[in-house]
Amino acid sequence: MTITADVIRSHGLTDEEYQRVLEIMGRQPNLTELGIFSVMWSEHCSYKSSKKWLKTLPTKAPWVICGPGENAGVIDIGDGQAVIFKMESHNHPSFIEPYQGAATGVGGILRDVFTMGARPIANMNALRFGDPSHAKTRHLVAGVVAGIGGYGNCVGVPTVGGETNFHASYNGNILVNAMTVGLADANRIFYSAAAGIGNPVVYVGSKTGRDGIHGATMASAEFSEDSEEKRPTVQVGDPFTEKLLIEACLELMATDCIVAIQDMGAAGLTSSSFEMASKGGLGIEMDLDCVPMREENMTAYEVMLSESQERMLMVLKPGHEDIARAVFEKWELDFAVIGHLTDSGRMVLKRHGQVVADLPIDPLAKASPEYDRPWVAGQRRPVLDPAQVPARDPFEALKILVSCPDLASKRWIWQQYDHMVMNDTVQRPGGDAAVVRIHGTAKALAITTDCTPRYCLADPHEGGRQAVAEAYRNLSAVGARPLAVTDNLNFGNPEKPEIMGQIVEAIQGMGEACRSLDFPVVSGNVSLYNETNGQAILPTPAIGAVGLIDDVAATASMAFKGDGECILVIGETKGWLGASLYLREVLGREEGAPPPVALHREKREGQFIRTMIGDGQVTAVHDLSDGGLLVGMAEMAMASGIGAEIVPASHLPLHAWCFGEDQGRYLVTALASQVPVILETAHRAEVSALVIGITGGADLCLKGIGSIPVEELTRLNEGWLPAFMSHPDTNA
Amino acid sequence: MQAAVIVFPASNCDRDVAVALHSATGRPPLMVWHRDSEMPKVDLMVVPGGFSYGDYLRCGAMAAHSPIMREIKARAAKGVPLLGICNGFQILTEAGLLPGVLMRNAGLKFICRDVHLRVESAGSLFTRNYAEGSVVRFPIAHAEGNYFADPETLSRVEGEGQVAFRYCTADGTVSAAANPNGSAGNIAGVFNGSRTVLGLMPHPERLADPLLGGIDGRAMFDGLVEALS
Repeated sequence: MTITADVIRSHGLTDEEYQRVLEIMGRQPNLTELGIFSVMWSEHCSYKSSKKWLKTLPTKAPWVICGPGENAGVIDIGDGQAVIFKMESHNHPSFIEPYQGAATGVGGILRDVFTMGARPIANMNALRFGDPSHAKTRHLVAGVVAGIGGYGNCVGVPTVGGETNFHASYNGNILVNAMTVGLADANRIFYSAAAGIGNPVVYVGSKTGRDGIHGATMASAEFSEDSEEKRPTVQVGDPFTEKLLIEACLELMATDCIVAIQDMGAAGLTSSSFEMASKGGLGIEMDLDCVPMREENMTAYEVMLSESQERMLMVLKPGHEDIARAVFEKWELDFAVIGHLTDSGRMVLKRHGQVVADLPIDPLAKASPEYDRPWVAGQRRPVLDPAQVPARDPFEALKILVSCPDLASKRWIWQQYDHMVMNDTVQRPGGDAAVVRIHGTAKALAITTDCTPRYCLADPHEGGRQAVAEAYRNLSAVGARPLAVTDNLNFGNPEKPEIMGQIVEAIQGMGEACRSLDFPVVSGNVSLYNETNGQAILPTPAIGAVGLIDDVAATASMAFKGDGECILVIGETKGWLGASLYLREVLGREEGAPPPVALHREKREGQFIRTMIGDGQVTAVHDLSDGGLLVGMAEMAMASGIGAEIVPASHLPLHAWCFGEDQGRYLVTALASQVPVILETAHRAEVSALVIGITGGADLCLKGIGSIPVEELTRLNEGWLPAFMSHPDTNA
Repeated sequence: MQAAVIVFPASNCDRDVAVALHSATGRPPLMVWHRDSEMPKVDLMVVPGGFSYGDYLRCGAMAAHSPIMREIKARAAKGVPLLGICNGFQILTEAGLLPGVLMRNAGLKFICRDVHLRVESAGSLFTRNYAEGSVVRFPIAHAEGNYFADPETLSRVEGEGQVAFRYCTADGTVSAAANPNGSAGNIAGVFNGSRTVLGLMPHPERLADPLLGGIDGRAMFDGLVEALS
């Protein structure tokens, strides 16, 4: 095929980028070579629009073993153990083919983690769907949830939590962000840098087919009316093979055979081989005839660009091929020596005895474009005066809120995930953070995913800060010391200055919060071009975070534990209604500045909460977020079936006190006898703490105003999603 | 007591049940690879949950033809106790060691949650530590747990007391509302004729540790140890 302007454009390369291809090659590339440039320089693989800003995020702390740049981030949790984790998007494929898109998203993130030597111990997912009334939403929810479950359940890694939002801005671009957390020995972490000239390059796992060719390029472009035609670019997952691959890799990793290992994710054999060679400063020669293939007559172009799943590339120590082969044969997986490392710094590919591609590695991998795209700061919205926001009956508003799509129980979703396999799930889904015991120890990890996209739209900077702060709070609320963050930045088209502005400001906000809270970013993923026909998604910088609990017996959950316990609110309540769910769900308005996050206070309050939990002073803890204080109270009541009576503050309009979304707040319960100690400790820690009520009964009461049965709230909260999903159009 | 856990490709509750057995017996169970055709003398064989061979054909259908199954059948015929949990139950029905089959859940979805079970018979190695008619709480996690048998088989299973557990409400009522997957007669677990083989969909090993929210499952393992030691 001749390289025409059309061919270049169809590979997603701009004219300037193609000029650089010509300079690097010193000649016209052939089609295979052009394909390789195209995927390596795609937004998905090269981070060319976001790189400049990602570099500003804090990535270091004494407990960080490996920050961004490897397959996943690695942190030290003491006792010779390390936690390896990352969150990654599979947005574009999941919209086109929800079951396989979501399933392979789970498969891909699992590989990122076990390729570094960790046994995956927990999966999470952050999902964003369109308006429930949109014709496709039900079908997408059903497919994505079935896909995540179908994959995760089979591989035997518990899916322990996550979050699900609905908003019309995701009608044409849903978000499927999957996170895996794994456990490894701190002195047995595997990296991807190739080493040792002459060492064998080995392919293991599934055979290569024609599926997923150009997936990375597809994920780097906007959707239009014809996005359905991109279905063939979606990969097909095989969780059974993945399970075998996990066991085989971990078995081989226990020996001393592996020099370097890298999973074949986006851009398949191309990106894995280039990354390994580039990191090691070496060259690779591969004979593509040796690649296990499941289809006939595959060209070099197809072999290099296939995104067939469940495959790994390894560099072995010389002479260790037979040991490794035996392990993979035991697990009935393909094993093939497909090449060796060279000192040429070049990627030389052969097919049918001919050299079919010969490219310099570093210029491709390291000199990928980096753009300083023009950006504009968003218009700041005015701060709403709560007194100017119409009041509704608090119980009518509460009923609307607990049954609105964002706050309704997600039990319908997480009951389709095996959240208990591995027998270490101490807190099941539905709480502030999942709690997973470190197998065989008294320690546990807390895991959460967070982002409030409506805040990010209103003010990306504040929204970025809030996403990080909320993750910090959710970990603290179960008694965990927050350790590190993985970020999954989902935005629209970065070529538009206002979208680029969202990216820049959100990253700046996240960076501020991470620095202030000693909460470094150790891994991440960027998904741009989440637009359809020019309509972008809400800016959604999803945060996944991990914290450590030293004694799994000293953790907290949000359910009320008994009658007659005191309820305290920690943190200040000012009645901030701008960008609140009350405003959106009850009044139908999406306006106002979002609540500001006071980072210095967050840290103090988080420390205070963790101390209270560690000392056994509190019986239940719940972070206050979406919906505000009354919703948080209702969630604690619904989790337990126990009611409460609370006394509203007199200095604020009732609706602002009930539903304001002031940040940095928790609700806790305690025995009356403990309250003086708690108040005293709070005072010394300069943390605001106030007794506002008492647990008990079967109703949630606002003293002097009225009440509602907890059972009614539960029925509303549990009812929405099953009712929505059982609509006859489910399979439309 | 020495137990063995049979490991198939993509078994995934093998470690979980091994931990429960280790805790009950005080010694680690043997982990027996499915391609082995021999196994040392053991007092109990356990086929764990998971997705053997990906369950791409029918659940358990491939595993039922693994080399180790011949040995398991021979031992079971001699009376060595055999426990199949979840996918293990599916494998044992496919292998003809237990009556009936497990079909797709009536709701067509994978379900992971706690269920209540009524103990139908305490007269077995597996259930001797439960009171007959008592209610226990075990988790389920399956997409194919809908127990089915032809009317003749079903009446034999019922008539000869081969039903071990039935899905019920918290107060022990066996009702359609308490049936999570459409199982005939709310059957959650069945014995073979001699009650030396038990298959059940719920996971006793998942509630055998107080930190995980309950210990109703532990009595099954403790009872086996007492009976077999």
